Order: sequence, then C-alpha cells, then structure tokens
Amino acid sequence: MKILGLIIAVLTGTLLIYTTSDFPSWGDPSSPASTHLSPHYIEKTLEETSVPNIVTAVLADYRGYDTMFETTVIFGAGVACFFLLRVPRRKEPVERLYRHTLTGMTLRIKDLDEVPENLDEFERIDTLWAPYDLIIKTVCRLLIPFIQLFALYVIAHGHHSPGGGFQGGVILGASFILLAVSYDLRTAKERLREKLGGILCAVGVLIYAGTGALCLLLGLNFLDYSALASILHVDPITARSHGILIVEIGVGLAVMATMIWIYDNISSEGKYEEGL
Amino acid sequence: MRYAPCVLILPMSDLITHIVANYNYWIYITLMMIGLYAIIAKNNLVKKIVGMNIFQTAIILFYISIGAKKGATIPIIEHAHGDHGAGSSAVHAIEYINPLPHVLMLTAIVVAVATLGVALALALKVYQQYNSLEEDEILDQIREK
Repeated sequence: MKILGLIIAVLTGTLLIYTTSDFPSWGDPSSPASTHLSPHYIEKTLEETSVPNIVTAVLADYRGYDTMFETTVIFGAGVACFFLLRVPRRKEPVERLYRHTLTGMTLRIKDLDEVPENLDEFERIDTLWAPYDLIIKTVCRLLIPFIQLFALYVIAHGHHSPGGGFQGGVILGASFILLAVSYDLRTAKERLREKLGGILCAVGVLIYAGTGALCLLLGLNFLDYSALASILHVDPITARSHGILIVEIGVGLAVMATMIWIYDNISSEGKYEEGL
Repeated sequence: MRYAPCVLILPMSDLITHIVANYNYWIYITLMMIGLYAIIAKNNLVKKIVGMNIFQTAIILFYISIGAKKGATIPIIEHAHGDHGAGSSAVHAIEYINPLPHVLMLTAIVVAVATLGVALALALKVYQQYNSLEEDEILDQIREK
C-alpha cells in the first residue's frame, strides 16, 4: 500500500508539474485570473459599496450567496459533531472527584445518585487532574478579555482593515477555548452554556439569511443590501456598507459558537463532564 | 498565448530558468502530493486527516499565489474613508492584488476547519467502537464479526 501510494503520488505530481508550464509566471498582472472579473471589483467596489476593503465587500456583498451557504456549512459541521458525539446524561451512578480547597485533600465519591451542587469548600476536579497552575490561570484570566476585545475589533473594523466575521469569530471562539484549556471545561460552560451556544450558532445563520430575506421583502433582490436604505435612513451605497456589517456580525456569531461547539464535543467525547 | 510552451521541448538551460520562474507551483504540488501520500498510505486515521489538511493548505497557497501581482499592495483601497470614492483619484487594478482568490480561500479555510472537526468526531466515534485508530486493526475486527 505504501509503494502504491508513493507511485500514485509521484505520478500525479509529475503530471501536475508538467501542466505548470502553461501557467502564468509569479506575480504576472496580466494573468487570466487577474484580467476578467477582478479589475471590476478593484475599481468599482469603493463607489458601489463605499467599503475600502475589497475582500470584505466581495465576500459579503458580491458573493453573498457563497458566504451565506458557507456559514450554513459551518453550522452543519457543528450540528454534525453534536449528533455524532453528544451522549445524553447517563443514568448510572457517577464517580466524581472533589478537592478540598484549603487542605488540598481529594475525595473520590462513588455511587452517588444525586450530586450536591453547592459545596463551598470543595471544588470539583477532573479525574486526570493536573496540579493547580497559578501562572497559566492568571495569565489566561488577564488575557482573555483583551483577546475578546480584539476579536470584536476585527469584526467591526473589517471594512477598513484585514478582518471580518470569519476571522473575528474564530478569535472569539478561541478565547472561550483558551478558558476551557486553562481552567476546565465546566468553568467555560458556566460562562457560555451549551444551549446558548447552539442558539447563537443558529442565530448567526438566521441574521445572515434574515438580512437577505428583509431585502427581498423591501422589494429588491435577495441580499441586495441597498434595499436597507429606507430602514437605516441612509443612501443606498452606505446601506450596502451597513448591510455587510450586519451579515459579518451574523457570520462572527455562527463561527464563534460552532468553534466552541466542536471543541466541547470532541474534547469531552460528548459528555460535557470533563474536557481537556 | 505568450506563456512558454511545454517543458519537454525546451533546451536544458531554458528548462532550469522555467523551473525557477514557476518554483511556487512546484512547492504547492510537492506539498499537495505529501498530503495525497498521507491519505493513501498512512495506516492511522488521524494521520490521514492531517494529510487531508496538508492537501487543503497546498490548494489555499496555490490560489493565493494566483492572485499575486508584482509591485501591487493588499486589496484595501488607500486613503478612502467612506467618501464613496468621490474626490479621490481613480483606482487602478494594477496597484492592488487580485481580491477574488483571497475571498475564495477565506471561506475555504473555515470550511477546512469545519471538515477537520467532523473528521475528528468520526475518528473519535471509530475509536470508541473499535478501541483503535489503526486501519488494519479496525478492518480485522470488522472481518471477525
């Protein structure tokens, strides 16, 4: 199998390298990819949408359908992970570890039908519990608000600088995953409950599709944001810029919630009890 | 077209200059074939998933290099602060790199992450069922049943 794979890879590689002789050279401004549609985007984007970042404008406006279904794919991936891995709360008695915070003594409680939730002097720990790491926890606690602030900046400033819903959403999701890694999964889940995460994921897609449907209701094409001008009380060109921001927020929500959703399901094997 | 004809009929020195001129494509093809080899030949499911990701990365790099232009800057129009282009000088396509591959790859990266998540979830399910991620061991267990 290894030799067969090597032969296939080398043969395919040779064929592909043979075809590169027809390709335009590096950085050629008159290559076919840069001559047909892209000059229109570069030259007309600013006057048509008033968004300086062409990538954002093409992503959310000119190719709005593509991005909408891309967001749906993300949502579908989150749902797929959920249905594959999530297990309902088990009925059999559980075994849990509790650590007395003052003395550092650990109790293993077996065959517990009802687990008391409010134990002031005890904290619940994972079975593979690593010793309390003060530095990591403190640094992460200090950093996470700034990471989230930066994520919001990336989403909101996507019109003028590299950024947008996908990038900001991933950073926002990473901040919650950092919380789950540096503390434990339960702490992160207390901040953003599983149900809320799922709802946010769906709400993100709904904001995107709903904006498109709103444009349809206002008498223009689906995802033609200039229809929003009458609602936002701005001229149609600025309305397209605002419409892009609205769908970027939807994309950001969906991506953030899906990243957290996938991480939670995979790291805890769908049990949500103990994560990485 | 004014691009060079096929490699095989070129003399040796031309061939070398041609390779140097198109070295970016050769790198992506090498990377892509590493990924393809991992998908075909590796026995471990997680290594196959890693191979799939290397393959995707090669395609992303390929698209980005298609969009490059010599001497051009990133596709964000300079000195524009929401004035609809009025008053500012005309924008020339040659000054900015092609934004279209960037848009396509931006979404492709996110889809790559989503497929990675689903693939890992499936691998986890396989591991729970067979207690192994090695393909031959899993196939043996399936045959024994």
